[in-house]
Amino acid sequence: MNVCITGIGCISGIGNDVEAHLQAFRQGKSGLGKVTLFPTNHHVPVSEVKLSNEGLKERLGLPSSKVYSRTSLLGLSAAHEALKDSGVTINSGLRIGLISSTSTGGMDVSENHYPTFRENPTKGHLRYFATHDAGDSTEKIADHLGITGMRTTISTACSSAANSLLLAARLIRQGILDVAIAGGTDALCKFTLNGFASLMILDNEPCRPFDNTRAGLNLGEGAGYVVLQSEATIKRKPYATLSGYANANDAYHQTASSAEGTGAFLAMKAALCRAGVSPSQVDYINGHGTGTPNNDASESTAINRLFEGNIPPFSSTKAFTGHTLGAAGGIEAVFSVLSIEYGILYPNLNFSTPMEENGMIPVLTYKEGEQIENVLSNSFGFGGNNTSLLFQRYKSTLC
Amino acid sequence: MLSHPVYIERATASFQSAENGFVFAEPDYKVWIKNANMRRRMSRMVRMGVATGMECLDGITEPIDAILTATGYGCLTDTEIFMNSFLDTDEQQPSPSSFIQSTFNTIGAQLAILTDNHQYNNTYVHRGFSFESALADAISLLAEGDARKVLAGATDEMTPTLNTLLGRMGNWKHYAPGEGAAFFLLSSTPPEQTPAIIIQDIEMITGDYTKEELQHLADNFIAKHGIQTAKFISPDSYKCFCGEYPTSTSFALWMACKAPELFKTGLPIVICNSFLKNHSFILLRSTL
Repeated sequence: MNVCITGIGCISGIGNDVEAHLQAFRQGKSGLGKVTLFPTNHHVPVSEVKLSNEGLKERLGLPSSKVYSRTSLLGLSAAHEALKDSGVTINSGLRIGLISSTSTGGMDVSENHYPTFRENPTKGHLRYFATHDAGDSTEKIADHLGITGMRTTISTACSSAANSLLLAARLIRQGILDVAIAGGTDALCKFTLNGFASLMILDNEPCRPFDNTRAGLNLGEGAGYVVLQSEATIKRKPYATLSGYANANDAYHQTASSAEGTGAFLAMKAALCRAGVSPSQVDYINGHGTGTPNNDASESTAINRLFEGNIPPFSSTKAFTGHTLGAAGGIEAVFSVLSIEYGILYPNLNFSTPMEENGMIPVLTYKEGEQIENVLSNSFGFGGNNTSLLFQRYKSTLC
Repeated sequence: MLSHPVYIERATASFQSAENGFVFAEPDYKVWIKNANMRRRMSRMVRMGVATGMECLDGITEPIDAILTATGYGCLTDTEIFMNSFLDTDEQQPSPSSFIQSTFNTIGAQLAILTDNHQYNNTYVHRGFSFESALADAISLLAEGDARKVLAGATDEMTPTLNTLLGRMGNWKHYAPGEGAAFFLLSSTPPEQTPAIIIQDIEMITGDYTKEELQHLADNFIAKHGIQTAKFISPDSYKCFCGEYPTSTSFALWMACKAPELFKTGLPIVICNSFLKNHSFILLRSTL
């Protein structure tokens, strides 16, 4: 049974909706800039969504007096767009679930109010701590959209949103859900900025994924959701199908990837296998490609091993959006779907020198109108959590 | 409706039997996490979860096809240590180790590393549905045939800050603050020892409901399985031992495994929970 993608929605540093993302890609416009959301001593490029919390609330028609984490507001924006795009109506009798993901949760709110609490634990408004947990954004999105079916939250660091799509696809295949809104959301916050700074993997310059001179990642923020549906319930021609998915663990180190890219190799291989697609049939790989020396070396080794030298066009879109962590798999799922819909190959910005060890050259210029049937999307995270998704052009299996 | 029955082959928890029920008991960390450096680097919550998970896998020689972990709040101690470290140093030199360990999937990742497990690995963090979601994923994996044996568990810790904040929010009016870890080895085939406990189904419902409405929802849930009467395990009957925390149903499930007399009447058992607006039912039966 096909698991169809009938709706897409995203928000990131390069645009507030899907259409704006297409425009940004066509113009080669990156979202990277200075940190403006909060005061910080870290002067590194980041990709911020170009809307304040108040602006996001206004756009969503939410009361300005109610506390929403930025993570919730970004998630609401993209999930709302995806559901609207799908044409699915909430009270249609279908079993509709929300499988969301985040790595920061409501940290953007708690970190602003924790200093007051720290001074005096009887102080600090409680409503500013009630949005801290990872489940809060999912609850807010589900309530706002009127989702009555299963709701849950996955948090496996940078592979979180890809795992949301994976679970959603499996639950639909098994007939547990008819429709699932799946993806992820993460707001930029001091906590993660300092976290990645402490790991010394932030580049002071715009990131250069898969480049020999790459020196780290740039953080981003945003949200990306897709609407997945069982083929029997579709009312419109789907964008694509989610035909393959796999999750494997590197089991090597809490934050670093193994030199051989074992987890990455296993995830990509199993995703292709489930879809019944051979490596030679893959038309484009949207890589995890964070720009850290470790990830890109490990990922390209795994790609080389799986594709045995015949590497299809590949690139990382993170020099456009920054690394959006728990949202990345959702945002890049939307990019993968657009790749099939419009025949897009995304350029890997800031690339100049191939990696010494393999000479791999990613897609360098924006292309549209190519024949794209199969797109592989990688999301790899801390804890060795590696997930690959295989998106495929829709072919009806209905009689 | 998840209708594929799953057998509980083994259950471990940071609790033990006591004269009047069960009490919290931290695992013997040296036994389950032999590497002293690894043990030292772990926060108490990570140690508690990893040790309980390792104990659940002790002596198991068959491959484990998935590791699923759950937590309602994540690693709060490390989160707070890291936040204090960048506040105190004016963002100059925060220590990376507490940031690394504050990640929600730390316990699942450490279990994968310790057992050299490259299989499916996932972490659920959703209030009163965290553990239920991990179980639902496990049941789905076993039903799909993608897995034959799955390790699934939950861990939450109580910290002074959480205790204060939730206390101010009025959360301790009914139950004492709680914490704990519980892990389960789940299988799609019956285990050798009998009687075995089967997880028949899980239901997760969100909203504001009265006690009567929840009982009605629970009755509807069992009716879908053709069951008219069941023994309902109310939150009061297990939170008196484990206290209140988002993944307390993992304790309740462990308790059901350790108290076979619960099944003596022959009736199926339903573990009931309410956490904020999240309400769950876990339907169990025994092969007795």
